[in-house]
Amino acid sequence: MPIKIIKNFFKRVFYNLFITKKHVKLGFYGPPNSGKTTLANRLCKDWVGEDMGKVSRVPHETREIQFKEKVDINFNNKKITFKLIDTPGIATKIDYEDFLHYGLKTKEAKKRAREATRGVIESIKWLDDMDAVIVVLDSSKNPYTQVNITIIGNLVARKIPVLIAANKTDLKRIKLKKIEAAFPEYDVVGISAKKGHNMEEFYETLFDLVKKT
Amino acid sequence: MKNITLQFIPYAEIAYISPYRRVKYLIDLAVDNRILLIQGKLAPEEEADLIQETMKRIGKKRSRFKGIELTTFSPKTKNLSFMQSFKENVAKTLLGERDVFTIVGPATIVREIKKDPKKIQLLLRK
Repeated sequence: MPIKIIKNFFKRVFYNLFITKKHVKLGFYGPPNSGKTTLANRLCKDWVGEDMGKVSRVPHETREIQFKEKVDINFNNKKITFKLIDTPGIATKIDYEDFLHYGLKTKEAKKRAREATRGVIESIKWLDDMDAVIVVLDSSKNPYTQVNITIIGNLVARKIPVLIAANKTDLKRIKLKKIEAAFPEYDVVGISAKKGHNMEEFYETLFDLVKKT
Repeated sequence: MKNITLQFIPYAEIAYISPYRRVKYLIDLAVDNRILLIQGKLAPEEEADLIQETMKRIGKKRSRFKGIELTTFSPKTKNLSFMQSFKENVAKTLLGERDVFTIVGPATIVREIKKDPKKIQLLLRK
């Protein structure tokens, strides 16, 4: 891994000096059910006109890495081409019995749990390949979880720029200030990917983020 | 009533082994249904390795292991003078972060870990 970090560092320096970056590999990371795929879908709908992945109220709906190549985003007369990479939610525990509460049959729940564990491993493996990452958090939930801290800690260790999307601001009892207080070094944008709230500010902050890559 | 083992792991016990062996050692103990109180903390990359290793162990045959609950906490001392914080930083550099603790609990026993600046609560399963 240290070789990869050095490689990424030189790649970035080289790109910033000589080449205008055309493709930005943008990852969506976060805990399960925070709305990563909903946000990726919002970006795809806004700029490509189609969805990227299926969403569900059952956690761990995304169990494999999903890609969308060549998503051109035009904002304030600037254009950046992104490769969107939607990742399975990262968790420290997966219990198939939790899925039974959502009406899944035992066999189906066990299969989902098995696939979800593989998904978490894949998400972590892919961290090294990102140019920039949007950490998607559910703004109605406590942000001080070890999973959130571990994700952001790993991005910082790899020198990957981070933007925190505090999603689901359309819900009641949101904790936007708490998220800002938990991660004061990072830009936090409150959005509702589902309803499309505050996407202007999100795109503006995203373009600022790309400058850091 | 179920027996619960709380194992204290001093800094010296894991500080001088390779990251791979450290993660494997901790996960083996968690799979063995022990709640670990570790002096010190893992690097972010080791935490990621610990999560990956945890995922690999879930669903193995004849194992009820469902993952872990993990948290790190540091009893922060506020309002230190310049000299005190200088001494603390020197001690950290020489001896490692020994005033930080990490808790790892198997999810079959620990349902949730709640923390605030003054206390840690381990919510156990019935």
